Amino acid sequence: MSANGFSRSEMMIVASARQLAGQRVTFVGIGLPNIVCNLALRTSNPELELVYESGIFGSAPRRLPLSIGDPTLVTGSTAVTSMYELFAFYLQAGLVDVGFLGAAQIDRFGNINTTVIGDYEHPKTRLPGSGGACEIAIHARKVFVIMRQGQRSFVETLHFRTSPGHSGDPEHDRARGWTGSGPTSVVTDVATYAFDEETGEMTLATLHPGVDFDEVRSNMAWDPRVADDVRETSAPTDEELRVLREELDPQGVYTR
Amino acid sequence: MPDTSKVGSLSEAVAELVRDGDTVAIEGFTHLICFAAGHEIIRQRKRDLTLARMTPDVIYDQMIGAGVARKLIFSWLGNPGAGSLHAVRRRVEKADPEPLEIEEYSHFGMVSRYMAGASNLPFMPIRSYFESDIPKANPNIKRIVSPYDGAEVYAVPPLKPDVTIAHAQRADTSGNAQIWGLLGCQKEAAFAADRVIVVCEEIVDEQTIRDDPNRTAIPGLIVDAVVEEPFGCHPSFAQGYYDRDNRFYLNWEPISKDPAALDAWLKEWVYDLGSHADYVEKFGDAYWDALRAGERLSGRVNYGEYG
Repeated sequence: MSANGFSRSEMMIVASARQLAGQRVTFVGIGLPNIVCNLALRTSNPELELVYESGIFGSAPRRLPLSIGDPTLVTGSTAVTSMYELFAFYLQAGLVDVGFLGAAQIDRFGNINTTVIGDYEHPKTRLPGSGGACEIAIHARKVFVIMRQGQRSFVETLHFRTSPGHSGDPEHDRARGWTGSGPTSVVTDVATYAFDEETGEMTLATLHPGVDFDEVRSNMAWDPRVADDVRETSAPTDEELRVLREELDPQGVYTR
Repeated sequence: MPDTSKVGSLSEAVAELVRDGDTVAIEGFTHLICFAAGHEIIRQRKRDLTLARMTPDVIYDQMIGAGVARKLIFSWLGNPGAGSLHAVRRRVEKADPEPLEIEEYSHFGMVSRYMAGASNLPFMPIRSYFESDIPKANPNIKRIVSPYDGAEVYAVPPLKPDVTIAHAQRADTSGNAQIWGLLGCQKEAAFAADRVIVVCEEIVDEQTIRDDPNRTAIPGLIVDAVVEEPFGCHPSFAQGYYDRDNRFYLNWEPISKDPAALDAWLKEWVYDLGSHADYVEKFGDAYWDALRAGERLSGRVNYGEYG
């Protein structure tokens, strides 16, 4: 908890939820994206259509679900679909505006590892794997990443590329012909990043209140590209904090 | 007289239809995961199974921890929202107490495998896996070129379980099974399988099924056994019947982490009990009352009367 009354996790969630303003169809992932999207629905974007890979379009959850498959996601939703329809008709066909991904490791071009730490055949840590992440990375019009930042998560070289980001070669990226344009935003507990349109490289955009560049740099493995006009991330408003603490996460599961 | 020859106990169905060495799918995407069947398979000490599930979930952590499987086919390995599947991870990371072969896909890949299996197709093409390492880890995922426009796509092979165990809210004695809420891959996995066990919250008469045919996911035509097993999905949920037991999922993390605690849990809640009815009784009525779903009825449609 910072001196002015909010935690870095709360700042991360709020900053990410604001980026959903103006978006329509969002593919909600497990964990942090789940609370981000539900916060956006109650603050920055009441028109947001929540899509859950469990097979729901237009979910209207009355409580914050622990999992992305929960009875509250179904009751009062617009449509329940088979999982094939969800992935084929909604995602693969290009109806999803924003896909949310988390990551155990990310590199400077937004490629993501959620599969293993160490060697694939003999992993030091076996992570969950793709789930829907690989196809979300390819098909969502924009990909938003939310994750905590550190030397072990912001790496030079991924141990495994689960979900593709930018390649570092803009001509190659344009020639892919994918529905999606790859990662466009990364929000962490210390900063927010955009991606450079020319190079596809992650670019520091804002620093959270109370964070300086040295702290950001010490929590990543490479010298980041920095935007010309790096600003401070606007602190959470009282209303954002109220919704987060009172309505969505009274036990502080996500926001500690 | 309705044909009741398929109706029996879970113990009978598993004994007859699940065989050592089989590929077994117990699907259900967080919803309608038939834990009762998983426990019965553990209790009957089945061995060398290949277990297929998109999200192995706590049920496969229990089964793999109990030693029923030699291989796992999956697309997301975790305890959703609550932690990890440590019994599975011990076998993958440390071969403890023995190795576990794995074959992994993405969700869309797994769904499409069941679609290919159910449709009697040699593969399903999907637009995924581009520039991912997943096909390097799993050579069954193959890049192919469309014969029409030259587009590159990836093919995944059909998944045809020897036996699929599908939970449904209700079924008739012939096995016509109706599901609402999250559909998961119950239908696809059932049509793809050689043998099908339908487990349901309640057996209803045929007229109840015929009154609402749009809700039938699995026809009795492909069903070999029908079992009524109330609360058979716990700690997973059955929409409109009972809630997801999130506390159970959260409490699984320390049990899963500690092999001795896992063994003790399996002894107390599986091996020492004769059936799922014993499990339900052991938790007690107050426990189930707290999980029971409130009422929110659907609207009604007019199917019409013709002729």
